[in-house]
Amino acid sequence: MRLVLVGTSYQRAPVELRELLAYNADLRREALERLSVDGSEAVVLSTCNRTEVYAVDERPALAEERIYGELSGLSGLTQSELAPALYSVTDEAAAVHLFRVAAGLDSMVPGEAQILGQVREAYEAAREAGTTGSTLHRLFRQALRVGKRVRTETAIGENPASVSSAAAELAERVFEGLEGRKILLIGAGKTADLTAANLISRGVGEIVVANRSPERAEALGRRLGGRAVGLDALEEELGHADVVVASTGSQGLVLSGEQVARAMKERRGRPVFFIDIAVPRDLDPAINELEDCYLYDIDDLERVVAESVAGRREEAVRAEAIVSEEADSFRAWQLSLDVVPAIASLRARAESIRQEELDRVEGRLASLSPSQRRAVEALTSQIVAKLLHQPTVRMKEAAAAADGVLYADAVRHLFGLEERDGPSRQPGQ
Amino acid sequence: MTETALLLIWPALAGYTQAAVAYAGDTVRPGRLVRYAIWGVRLGWLAQTALLVAQAAHADGFPWGTWAGSLNLFVWMCVGVYLIWGCRAPFRLLGLVVMPLAALLLLLAWIAGGVGKPARAEFGGVFLTFHVGLILAAFAGFTLAAGLSALYLWQERRLKRHSPGVLRLRSPSLETLDSLTVRTIMVALPALTLGVGIGLARLEPEAAAFDATMAVTLLTWSVYAGFLVLRWEAGWRGRRAAYLALAGFLLVVLVRLVLTPFSHF
Repeated sequence: MRLVLVGTSYQRAPVELRELLAYNADLRREALERLSVDGSEAVVLSTCNRTEVYAVDERPALAEERIYGELSGLSGLTQSELAPALYSVTDEAAAVHLFRVAAGLDSMVPGEAQILGQVREAYEAAREAGTTGSTLHRLFRQALRVGKRVRTETAIGENPASVSSAAAELAERVFEGLEGRKILLIGAGKTADLTAANLISRGVGEIVVANRSPERAEALGRRLGGRAVGLDALEEELGHADVVVASTGSQGLVLSGEQVARAMKERRGRPVFFIDIAVPRDLDPAINELEDCYLYDIDDLERVVAESVAGRREEAVRAEAIVSEEADSFRAWQLSLDVVPAIASLRARAESIRQEELDRVEGRLASLSPSQRRAVEALTSQIVAKLLHQPTVRMKEAAAAADGVLYADAVRHLFGLEERDGPSRQPGQ
Repeated sequence: MTETALLLIWPALAGYTQAAVAYAGDTVRPGRLVRYAIWGVRLGWLAQTALLVAQAAHADGFPWGTWAGSLNLFVWMCVGVYLIWGCRAPFRLLGLVVMPLAALLLLLAWIAGGVGKPARAEFGGVFLTFHVGLILAAFAGFTLAAGLSALYLWQERRLKRHSPGVLRLRSPSLETLDSLTVRTIMVALPALTLGVGIGLARLEPEAAAFDATMAVTLLTWSVYAGFLVLRWEAGWRGRRAAYLALAGFLLVVLVRLVLTPFSHF
């Protein structure tokens, strides 16, 4: 049985094409049914950045053709139109690819965490549809393990990859969590919206929107579950706010250092974290010089993100080592499949010989007591087990070294065992 | 020095040194060496615990009555306090301060003869156990508070200077460091108060002189008491509080490393 992967990702296909190749839950279920004809195994992984079909079949060319047909039917494009955007790999290369995907190494932002959940979801959907067999079951379980290992053994997913998440994480370096904190949004633009959404997802308590236009402030306040105030109330609100996010379209400063210094007197040393994502800047850079005030503008945040992404790339080297180690383990398992039938046949053959010989001398054993009879049974079983132990171990070792098929064939030939069903895989395949 | 002591001091020292080096290395390549650091702390502390147990078993009275002996016990307490939560991910950087200090002080205690067979104690075992034990526990707490304060100042500086790599190293928030410093001092100060109280009560019947160690110890007490008063009354927190905690620690260093060797309990 061979493992086949055909798919596309953001590296090969623009978003217009990826949209055509996206599966929802219903489409995926139907696709799995079509792909698993003749007992083939199949898993469909579909995210906003990739669509990949994994299949296990005795005839890889046929499986590949079937997947091309499936994707062509889904997208409404001909196979020749689709071909430049698709990649196709088999066996170990396909396994390595999936492990890299699960580890987040093939993602736009190295180490992003969402993909592991999506791999799990794809696997669960295929299991529910009954289209996973021993190979895809093992492959996907191992891929999920790779994803977990990479995230626990490396720091690849620890640092933020966007300005809004960097701002939120920086705020968490000042405060003991953001739960229950008060956020003051100055400006009601889209950028403030994004940063606020990130802070809200971390559990902030109260949101106040201050804007020149009261209507927009109220609209954003309502949407975020906060209240709106005018810009004239800024200084008063500063006395209570923990995080201030500024993103107005103003051409001048909206908040001066003197205003903040006055507000800080009431705070008795409680810190404030200022995020200025406006261009031109809204907040006076002198605010950062004040005690217990931390001000980050858009350039500062982008530098933090760049450093963080660079850090993720460094960690990716360690993650690749984990992927490689797991790929070796998968390969060894796959190769061991070649010798398992030969070992089973050999043991069955030995057991049948033992049983036949015992039956042949049954008459002479009839006079034995039950305990003597059990001793004879145990003795013969032990002889068989000891004789077969070394060949079994050697065959498994040979399988791991890719010589398993040769050894298995030799054993079948020497012991006159039954021929295997289907063609043997060649070493190194 | 007994063979047992020699057998145990080496792994303790090696463990602490390994932890100190690994923590330093972790700042260069985050996440790679921290496992070695944590195991260094654990194994070193276990070896030192065994050393202290061996000393106690062979002692005639309180085993750590000498300056060097008490330094040995002090290091053990510091690392023990650090072990309680210092090895957890956000606080690992604290090891950068605590572990080199622990390795250095343990080496000093060894050189000064504090890890071998204990000398006979000058005063009764119960008195020394409470007096020295409480004062050392308090000093260990102040050392930890100083570590937290140093970490606060370092982290605050990185945030203020907009260091691009500020998120690369896992560290606790400024607020966490600040509140932990206060909580540590709130536990350590009563221990010091009780330890000093027992010492003063003992001082009168023994008619011992009021020396520089006692004076600086009382000054240390005043600084940390002032720390708490300023915290609650004047709202001192953050950078100012961290500097004050470090100033108090300088007095602890003065008492432990400069004055105590020339004093007695």
